[in-house]
Amino acid sequence: MRMLASRCFALAILALISTGVRAQLVIEITRGQENAVPIAIVPFGWDSAGAAPFDIAEVVAADLHRSGRFAPLDRKSMIDRPTTGEEIRFQDWRYLRADFIAVGKLMPDGPDRYAAQFELYNVLNGQRLAGQRLTASTKGLRALSHRIADIIFEQITGIRGAFSTRIAFIAVEGTPPQQEYKLIVADADGENQHVVTRSSDPIMSPAWSPDGQSIAYVSFENKVSAIYVQTLATGERRRVSARAGINGAPAWSPDGKMLALTLSRKDGDVDVYTLDLATQVLTRMTFDPGIDTEPAWSLDGRKLYFSSDRAGGPQIYEVDVDSPRSPRRVTFEGSYNARPRISPDGKLLAVVHLDRGNYRIAVVDLASKAVQVLTQGRQDESPSFAPNGATLIYATQDRGRGVLATVSVDGRVQQTLAAMSGDVREPVWGPFPTR
Amino acid sequence: MRELQRLAMVFGVLAMSAVLTGCPKKPETLPDAGATPIESSTTTSGTTSSSVSGSELSAEQRELEQLRQTGMIIYFDYDRAEIKSEYVPVIAAHAKYLNANSSRTVRLEGHTDERGSREYNIGLGERRAQAVRRALMLQGVADTQITTVSYGEERPAVLGSDETAYARNRRVELVYGR
Repeated sequence: MRMLASRCFALAILALISTGVRAQLVIEITRGQENAVPIAIVPFGWDSAGAAPFDIAEVVAADLHRSGRFAPLDRKSMIDRPTTGEEIRFQDWRYLRADFIAVGKLMPDGPDRYAAQFELYNVLNGQRLAGQRLTASTKGLRALSHRIADIIFEQITGIRGAFSTRIAFIAVEGTPPQQEYKLIVADADGENQHVVTRSSDPIMSPAWSPDGQSIAYVSFENKVSAIYVQTLATGERRRVSARAGINGAPAWSPDGKMLALTLSRKDGDVDVYTLDLATQVLTRMTFDPGIDTEPAWSLDGRKLYFSSDRAGGPQIYEVDVDSPRSPRRVTFEGSYNARPRISPDGKLLAVVHLDRGNYRIAVVDLASKAVQVLTQGRQDESPSFAPNGATLIYATQDRGRGVLATVSVDGRVQQTLAAMSGDVREPVWGPFPTR
Repeated sequence: MRELQRLAMVFGVLAMSAVLTGCPKKPETLPDAGATPIESSTTTSGTTSSSVSGSELSAEQRELEQLRQTGMIIYFDYDRAEIKSEYVPVIAAHAKYLNANSSRTVRLEGHTDERGSREYNIGLGERRAQAVRRALMLQGVADTQITTVSYGEERPAVLGSDETAYARNRRVELVYGR
């Protein structure tokens, strides 16, 4: 039954043309929720001469649709286009089986300034759930639309919307040995892409700073690995680790002052360290002769989760940052659990899990240790939680190409995002913007 | 377990010194029994293939050319870093060359196949590069002649998601510099 529903959603395809780079992302919902909430996002009115500068309702509807939790009504079925609450004839919308309706209008608000007035209603009882006036410049109208989608999502689901967030990922084009690697930042819907850095040598392991201002990543541009921190607004970057051997897997502490990272030093022993970004003080966190890597901080910054093959195949361990000599094993189910990422509520650990010969994304309940496999690919990797914890983004393969995909934390809603050319991988979801 | 692996490697190296002959043979098949044999042209990929005739080369260049014929790439089994017996002569040849040319340096580039987590694979590629480094050092090559780097799965030799591609990507490439 669910498979049937997924087929129905598969027809929803949005071709999104990027502004910053040539690459395009196509979003395809491969599996949706059967009980997605029907909602009418009525095209916004335009209170001035000429054509409206932007189609807000289109972006709002696309956001809600992609979440998998909503089924926006087709515009063509809207016989009426109210722009304020007073104009809504609720029985018409009940007839169209919409549970909720959002209406609004856009108006000029000074030079290169617009105001959007919108309202959200429950169709069944006519109750007004939200009403707001937001302003933006022409360039800011897309972001304004995402904010409206956030408000609607939160009003109806009780979960903060993550439509105004950004993602970072690695894009690779070409065939070996001539490949180009790019670190790209985009809006959560794949729009508004910007190349942060590019190289003919590998770039990997992007990590957002907690304030969303900077990204740490690994680059092999000098033929050896080094970790860089780049400020997105200015493009300014600094090299924070270029020691002998591996410089890898950077992860920011919750306060943004430290990086956990992996080094192998001269002797080749792969271990996790912390690096104080202000003082450059390095502290060793793991001491096993095996591979210890892929650190992730607990929410309070007092623990690190990491992958280690000390007991054979990789498993997840945790260690107290203040007493790193006594690590504890966290995962026991399955022969391969790697690259841990903690959920925003601190209750789940997303991992790459070997599931009957396939690498898949799973979540481990830290209290019960129960493992739930969320994806169905052969080589799914790099899970990253949306800041609202409702969704994970990860990398998977589709017909031999690396693509990005999202899955709801319960595994029920899935969608893929694919670059039009080349491979995309290692997605990381950025933090909420400050409100 | 790991100690056992290490011991096995040390024994392998000892065995290699015993077996060592002046004219090492190129390994003919890839790791993982049943895998497609690779042609010598692919074994030497990543190195500049020379069309220059032997007479125009210096003695050292001739030696290097001979090394290329022997093999510049060591292949590994899935999730393993032990040097397999068929590569013992290859390593011995490189050790001999480095010992004879002490100003030469070699860069060991460790790689994995694409399966599993990327940073874990960086660790695995490093382990492979270190295995080759130790094997060279056990045969007298100076630490200062060797550098290592792990690319994990980031620089595949070939694209593809089948065992043939995986086998060609699990490797350490020996890259010579000055």
